[in-house]
Order: sequence, then structure tokens, then C-alpha cells
Amino acid sequence: MSPTDVGTGVADHAPTPKASAPRPARPRPPLSREVVETRILGVLKWITIAFFVIATLFPFYYMVELAVRSIEDVALDPGALWPPRGASLAAFGEVLRSVDDGGQGFLVFLRNSGFIALTSVVVTLVVSILGAYAISRLQFFGRRQVHYLFLAVYLFPAILLAIPLFVFFTRIGLRGSLFGLILVYTSQIVPVTIHMLRNYFDTVPESLEEAAALDGASRLTIIRRVALPLAKPAIMATSLFVFMIAWNEFLFALLFLVENRENWTVSLGLSQLAGSVEVAKTTLMAGSVILTIPIIVLFFATERLLVEGLASGGEKG
Amino acid sequence: MREGPAVGAEEDPQDRARGGLEVGAGGGPKDGPGGGKGGAPRRRGPTLAQQEARAGLALLSPTLIVVLTMVVLPILWTIVIAFQDLRLRNLRTRLFDFEFTLKNFDTVLTSPGFLEGLKVTLIYSIVGTALSIALGLVAALVVRRPFKGRTLVRASMLLPYVAPVVAVTFVWQIMLNPELGIINAIGTDLLGWRESIPFLEQRSGTLSIFGFDLGVPTALIVVILYQAWRYFPFSFLFILARLQALPGELDEAARVDGATPLQRFWRITLPQLQGVIALLTVLRFIWTFNEFDDIYLLTQGGAGTEVVSVRVFRYLTGRGDIGAASALSLVLALALALFLFLYFRFFVGRVKEADAI
Repeated sequence: MSPTDVGTGVADHAPTPKASAPRPARPRPPLSREVVETRILGVLKWITIAFFVIATLFPFYYMVELAVRSIEDVALDPGALWPPRGASLAAFGEVLRSVDDGGQGFLVFLRNSGFIALTSVVVTLVVSILGAYAISRLQFFGRRQVHYLFLAVYLFPAILLAIPLFVFFTRIGLRGSLFGLILVYTSQIVPVTIHMLRNYFDTVPESLEEAAALDGASRLTIIRRVALPLAKPAIMATSLFVFMIAWNEFLFALLFLVENRENWTVSLGLSQLAGSVEVAKTTLMAGSVILTIPIIVLFFATERLLVEGLASGGEKG
Repeated sequence: MREGPAVGAEEDPQDRARGGLEVGAGGGPKDGPGGGKGGAPRRRGPTLAQQEARAGLALLSPTLIVVLTMVVLPILWTIVIAFQDLRLRNLRTRLFDFEFTLKNFDTVLTSPGFLEGLKVTLIYSIVGTALSIALGLVAALVVRRPFKGRTLVRASMLLPYVAPVVAVTFVWQIMLNPELGIINAIGTDLLGWRESIPFLEQRSGTLSIFGFDLGVPTALIVVILYQAWRYFPFSFLFILARLQALPGELDEAARVDGATPLQRFWRITLPQLQGVIALLTVLRFIWTFNEFDDIYLLTQGGAGTEVVSVRVFRYLTGRGDIGAASALSLVLALALALFLFLYFRFFVGRVKEADAI
């Protein structure tokens, strides 16, 4: 059934404006197709919004709910939407405690993930700020071609890159080290971040930089003192983007780090945890919450800044 | 595809404008010779232009080094490995032993399940791409106009995409679990299912609609639904941005002329979104075609969901057959290139023709 049919159907029965005109009581507005469609779509819109909000939020709520319940409790009443017999944070303790204390050692994994993500942010930013500035501001041979190279990298599937990088890092003995992984992340994210930053630099007027150049500032000084402060919103947005990708990444972490538990990231640790039979599903959910919280906090804390930054950038362009 | 040229067109005026600005700046210190386009020598032109070119390449060199060594060279190297008899255990001795063979291609192309894997990959990519874009379009349409709480609604719609893949696949696994999962609890308690459905372990199930029994690939459907859920925010963001940049006059004119909301959507709004939807189709298809994480974490490729990328991973880690893994990944890339070619050749061509008419 398409809403269009409903619209015409009702409109056929609706009194025409002429027929209803002489009525003494308040004249009801004619039920034109426009009105019917607008009303139906108005209702459908809220139903759809409710559907999307529930579909996107419920899995995260469910994650937290299971994390605070005991596994016996879940087995008894798997359909409960609220922890029936009180909540307990025991699962989180088990996940975070070190292996020696009978836990799963996620504190170490958190440290690794944090280190990898933050270092990737710094390295990627330094590399891509210089590159984006060059592409945006300077004329040089190959400036346009670089764009296509980056597009190709952006579209190139990770699974194809995984094999040669796996072989390469195995051969030079850097597989299993965090630095190898950071290098891989940086190389794959840089094309995207250069594109983001370059778009922003393009919208910032050059006049200030020209003034600084007249005052005798060197190129690097101009970037550091003039261009960077102006590009702050874009840099924040880019950092967030890189952090999320590096924090969430799974395939390369699995390929590179799996043999050395000391170096596991949270994602990897969690996936390895799922493989063992004696770990309860509720413990797994506690681990998932721990993995997700930093991303959610970061996302909600910066969502506004992100949108504002992008909006102001777009306005100038 | 209309978005491609449009992106290019966006850049050109900027470049030209910048060129104009520099020329307009007259004796400014950065006044290069307009990127060498004009070629006419100016007062202090050439040396400054050379300086600028040198500075440009110097600033870009860290990027180029990282991208060339970590991305471009490895890609080329994959092609070499695909023709080598290279295994994890003979990596140390055989790596630079350039004896080329077609054995790897023979292995992967004749292995049982290869064609099935390609078919599953194609179904997963086409249906997953279409669903995620359709959901993204609907989501963008309903939050198009401001309302109270819109920011929160929009943020919640982005969550599946920004959350860690390992965490969301595990939640889905548990929600769909036959013993502990809430979906089966609701199904058996409220919807009258006779028994729990092992959604992620069942290769094919029977769906009874109006007395007809339909055989359905349960796990594949679930994996596709998951993919639509996780990646619709990407389409949502793109389409919403485009929607909000649309000029209001056309829609207003159609309203004045008496077009109903649905007519306005089909005739006015949707045609203007064609470009961004075509772009999203290409991007999402490429990424879904090579998708690894989600399927590997959800089903490990079991129950009829073994896409080609999971097979590549199996060759690499399970069997340690690096040569075969490379060969299969090349086959995957070639298949993708072929499908993209067909898409551009037949589908996009037709859209353009339809536009011209």
C-alpha cells in the first residue's frame, strides 16, 4: 500500500470546497491530497524517528544491562529489559584486574589502545598538516596528481594490504611491536586527513599568512603561528577521526599483535576473550562497555564542536 | 557518475580563484608565476616559483614516504607474492627466491567453495549497499527539518558507525543467541515461535508466510541486516549534508503549483540526490565487497557467510599459505574492478542518458 493511494482515495470522498461552503457551522478545511499526505507523513515521521532511535540505541543499552547482570540471572530471564535482581559491577572488576589477580588484564589493553591511538593522532597530524598545507597553498609539480594517489589509497581495501604488510613486518621483525602498527595506521589514515585539512585550509584566507611573510616569517613559522591557530576546529575534528579509527581497528591489530598478549589492544583482547569457553557472556559485555565508553564520551563531548567546526568551514567557503 | 565531475568542478574554481588572488596581490612575496600556467616570466618569478615548488615537495615528503612505503609498494608486492610459492614457514628462505608459478591461482580458483564465496560476497555487497543507503536516505529525510531533540537523535543515529566493531558485533551475537538472547526470548514468549532460532549458526531456515514455506539463508540475511544497521549512518551523513544544501526555491515553486509532499519528494528532492546516491553506491559497494571485520567477528565465515575476504584471511593465518592468500586477494580486487566497470558502463551511462532526455 502506498500512501499516494490513500491520499487520492480519501480525497475522492472529501467534500469539495464549493459543496461545503454554505454550511452554517465552522467550515472544516477540505481534505485535499496535500493535507492528507502531510498528516500521514507527519505521523510516519515520528514513528520512523522512534524506530531509528530505538534500533540504534537499544544494542548499547542492552550491552550495559547485560554487563551489570550475572550470567545465571540472564539465563533465567533473557528477555528482561531491566536488571531484575539488582545490578553489580563485578564483571567490570573481573575484566580490568590483571591476570595474576584472576582477571583478564584489560587495564594493560586500555593502556596499549590509548598509546596506539594517541600516538597515531600525533604522527598523523604532523604529517598531514604539512602535506595539506603544501597542497593547499603552494604550487609545485605533481600537486594535482597527488590527489588521485590519495583517493586510490582511500579506496584500497585493507585486506589486500594486510598480506604484504604482514610479510614485511614479519621479515624485519617489527611484527608484534606497537610502532609497526602505528606506522600502518598512519599510512592508511593520512590520505583522508590530508583531504579534510586541505579543504579547511582552502577556506582560510591567505592574507594573514602573506602579511606574516612580509614581516619575514619563515614557512614553518607561518604554519605554526598563523595557519594552525586558524585551523583549530578542523584539527580537532581530524584528531577525533584518527583517534576513533585507531582505537576501533581490529584486523591489523589481530594480524600484528596476536602472539604477544602484553601488546594486545582492547579490541583484540576482547575478541580473544570471546574464544575461550569459560568466559561468561556477561563478562564479554563488560569488556565491550569498557571498549565503547571512551568513544561514546569523546563522540558526545565533541559532536557539537565537530558540527560547529565543519559548519564554520563551510560558511567561509 | 555526476558527483565525480562535480567534485572536480568544485576544486577548479578554487584553484583559479587562488591563482587570481596571487596575481592580484601584485608584488606580494608569494607571487609565483600562477603555477607556471601562464609561463610568462615576471619580475622576480622563476626563483620564487622554484623555491615554492621545493618547499611544497619538502612539506609533502613525509606523507609521500609513508604512503609509498606502507601502501603503494606493498600493493605492488602483493602481485609478486601471488606468483611465488611462499608460505609462512619458508618465509625466511623463500622470500627473495623469484621462481614464478601459477600454482597459487590454481589452488584458490579450484578450491571447493570459491564460486560460492564469490556469490555470497556479491549478494552481501549488493543487498547490503542498497539497504544501508535506503536506510540512510529515510533517516536523513526524517531529521531534515529542525525539531526539539534533533541533535540527540542525529547523534544516536551515528552511534553504530562510530562504535568499535568488536563491541557491536558481540552485542549482536548475544542479542541473537538462542539461549541468552533477547530476540529469541521475545520471539518464543510473545511472538509464538515454537523454538529458538540460532540466527548466526543456521545456514538456511524456513520462513512461513501465509502458509507458504520459504527457504531462506538465515545467517546471510542477519549479516546483511547487521551491515545495513552499522553502515547506514555513513549514507545518512552524506545525504543529510546534501539535503540541507539544496536550494529551497524548487521545492517552494512545486508547492505553490500544488504538488503534494510525496510528489515533491519523487520529482524534486530525489532527482537532486541522484549524484550523492551514485557516489555512495560506489563507495559502499567497494567497502562492503572487501568487508572483513564484521563477518569474521559475527560468524567467522560459517553458516553460508564465507565472503572472499574471510577466505583470504584463512589462507593467510590458518594455512600460512601467503602465496595463495595474495592470489585470492588479487582475484577479489579484479572482481571488484570488473563490477565497478560494469556499474559505470551500464548503470551510470543510463542515468546520464535519462538526464539528457
